[in-house]
Amino acid sequence: MNIDEKKNLRTYLLVWIALLVLLALTAASAYVKLGSFNIVVSMCISIAKTALVMGLFMELRREHGTTIVFAIAGFFWLILLIAPTLSDVVTR
Amino acid sequence: MNTAAQHLQEQFDTSRQQIKAAKLGMWTFLATEVVLFGALFCAYAFYRYVFPQGYALASKHTDFALGTIETAILLTSSLTMALAIRATRLAQRKATVYFLAATAILGAAFIGIHATEYLQEWHEHLWPGKHFDESLRGVNGTEMFFTLYYVMTCLHGLHVTIGIGVLVVLAVLSFRGRFTAGYYTPLELGGLYWHLVDIVWIFLYPLFYLVSRT
Amino acid sequence: MTQARTAMARSYLSDGTTIRSWLTTSDHKRIAIMFSIAITAFFFIGGLAATLIRIELATPQGDVVSAETYNKLFTLHGIVMVWFFLIPSIPTTLGNFLLPIMVGARDLAFPRLNLASLYIYILGGIFTIVTVIAGGVDTGWTFYTPYSTMFSNSYVLLAAAGVFIVGFSSIFTGLNFIVTVHTMRAPGMTWFRLPLFVWAMYSTSIVMVLATPVLAMTLALIGIERIAGIGFFDPALGGDPVLFQHLFWFYSHPAVYIMVLPAMGVVSEIITCFARKRIFGYRFMVYAIAAIAVIGFLVWGHHMFVAGESMYAGLVFSLLSFLVAVPSAIKVFNWTATLYKGSISFDAPMLYALGFVGLFLIGGLTGLFLAATAVDVHLTQTYFVVAHFHYIMVGGAVMAYLGGIHYWWPKITGKLYREGIAQAAAVLMFFGFNLTFFPQFLLGYLGMPRRYHEYADRFQMLNVLSSAGAVVLALAYLIPLTYFTWSLFRGERAPANPWRATGLEWTIPSPPPTHNFTHTPQISDEPYAYAPDSRE
Repeated sequence: MNIDEKKNLRTYLLVWIALLVLLALTAASAYVKLGSFNIVVSMCISIAKTALVMGLFMELRREHGTTIVFAIAGFFWLILLIAPTLSDVVTR
Repeated sequence: MNTAAQHLQEQFDTSRQQIKAAKLGMWTFLATEVVLFGALFCAYAFYRYVFPQGYALASKHTDFALGTIETAILLTSSLTMALAIRATRLAQRKATVYFLAATAILGAAFIGIHATEYLQEWHEHLWPGKHFDESLRGVNGTEMFFTLYYVMTCLHGLHVTIGIGVLVVLAVLSFRGRFTAGYYTPLELGGLYWHLVDIVWIFLYPLFYLVSRT
Repeated sequence: MTQARTAMARSYLSDGTTIRSWLTTSDHKRIAIMFSIAITAFFFIGGLAATLIRIELATPQGDVVSAETYNKLFTLHGIVMVWFFLIPSIPTTLGNFLLPIMVGARDLAFPRLNLASLYIYILGGIFTIVTVIAGGVDTGWTFYTPYSTMFSNSYVLLAAAGVFIVGFSSIFTGLNFIVTVHTMRAPGMTWFRLPLFVWAMYSTSIVMVLATPVLAMTLALIGIERIAGIGFFDPALGGDPVLFQHLFWFYSHPAVYIMVLPAMGVVSEIITCFARKRIFGYRFMVYAIAAIAVIGFLVWGHHMFVAGESMYAGLVFSLLSFLVAVPSAIKVFNWTATLYKGSISFDAPMLYALGFVGLFLIGGLTGLFLAATAVDVHLTQTYFVVAHFHYIMVGGAVMAYLGGIHYWWPKITGKLYREGIAQAAAVLMFFGFNLTFFPQFLLGYLGMPRRYHEYADRFQMLNVLSSAGAVVLALAYLIPLTYFTWSLFRGERAPANPWRATGLEWTIPSPPPTHNFTHTPQISDEPYAYAPDSRE
């Protein structure tokens, strides 16, 4: 138990550092001229941060398969909402 | 002694089943939260496609430094939340209370900083409506950007505020010894909610503060 | 503990008889009963509005109500029927009552959340009734912008608040069902041994949970736009009303499946029982339910073919709308195949179920006309659309709801109703329904627009037929109310399994004891293990 928790402490701290590094990266990327790729970079970084928070802080990696499916379902449905809506405005 | 078995409700056969149900329920609820914010993200994306220049111009008027600090604060609060649960698993009651309090204080700091940001923007005529800055109004989409900005950040702020309330309750319960290494489901559920609020901000930050800084 | 034991043996109806014991209960069965009372009340409120609409439309002139009142009537009819009757109807009543029993559980996973769901529903209902008393709302149930945000002088905020609130009732019920099905199935109750009703409830719950928040947010945006005067959907401020329609129909089209999937579940239970046969193609039925739930999320754009949506998006939405007809057709084929060589008896529940299959078929096929972009240009905003969705919602969902009520009535109340009059009512309802709505297909095809209180003289003949049908239909709806009430007081005591049906709910007494099962059941067989001659 205690060895596990020691490991957990290290994990949590590493995740936190990683999150702050990613934050610095996003902030810096905004000052680089990439055109429409700016949004791609910052969204990718946000997804990476979300994966870290969900997987390690929220302990999703230790959950049942069902729970993982439902955790992802919300984001998947977001795509179902946004992609077709954008497909309309983009092709008008 | 305080174990999961004592908290078993009559509709369940085992504590394991009860915990599984509670967690699945919470995650499903979080999925509904994602979709709730999703309607606004959809509107954001829709109008961003229609008004790229307006978004770029308006985004320059948000406070980059404060936004970044707020993000760092929320990310740190997620760490303290995780540490609070770890402390409960180690049966360190005092540490649990401290970490929960730290999380709540970080949340309050976030709200405080954001409030000053709102105030500052009020003076800069960035609130949509009659007072909206005349020169910005000339560019299509700037007002829509700020409408979305206020609705989304206010809704997020509302969630943070509710989260702070939950944290305070959890801290009091921890202080009273309600949670043990064997039973801390409410603490976990509260933590899940807090992390989700953090995740929403992880997306709001680049979408509002970083559209165009060059 | 001993108290708990005695409570187990006692029926849920006699376990506490005070009003307080009902209002504070966490028993899913009692909550289901309270829901059914509230829902029935709203059904008759919505029905009253419909009656007034049909009276007005009996003549071409606007002589009974003014145009404003007419607008408020059809708005009230839509809001009440959609959100306060059809969406909660089967899930909160039959679903609430039966789902835990069908999976072999003592209650839902979160009983108090279930009670909260009831009170949230009632709060939303109060807002809606206050809206009506205050003077009504005239935007149509769809709350289309910019009319709802900029021009309407009626009580849009109140009405939207009512719908916003009732949405959370829906979300909580759905969440409860999902968790219950996942975590509370009895030993041996594998996923492919679940009754199709449970599958239908489960898929419906997914739709409720993942679609309703979008509606809540969209209505909130209308509220913000009206109060704060900022332009989310206001074209003058760069907004796009079509975006509102996207967000609205992202919920409201899947909402159709929230109404019809539970109906399909009910019908699957009834048809197997009264054909004394196993359901044909159980697994395909399950896949079809899941497919409808998922594809149903991707077709919403067919409501906007003429609203300014891009042509290319329209084509894709049209194609996907045709696609969703495939699993629906699979279900109709499988019900028909279940009937084939069955030993069919035409008890009242079966009459409703067969009525459902026929009317759903017509409703579904006319949906294909509307899904075709070119035909839709001619038919959109006409009575053809009205007829189409009433075939799905009234001919489909309401028929199945009533079939389910008849089927499980002995289980729920412990009393039998009179078969003869029930059969007569079912037949009358089928006749009245078709007389009301079939002429509307013709009216729509001839070009009569919907949502006007006056119309051209040449449409009168068909409108009179439709109004006459509405009278028959209204009478047919009142008959069950009377014989059900009669059965509550004077009906014979029902045995545990009057239909000799399979399924866990028929293995326990009628009415069930508070905790459903004295011993957790063990399941070792598929559902619907009917043999063709088991009735003899």
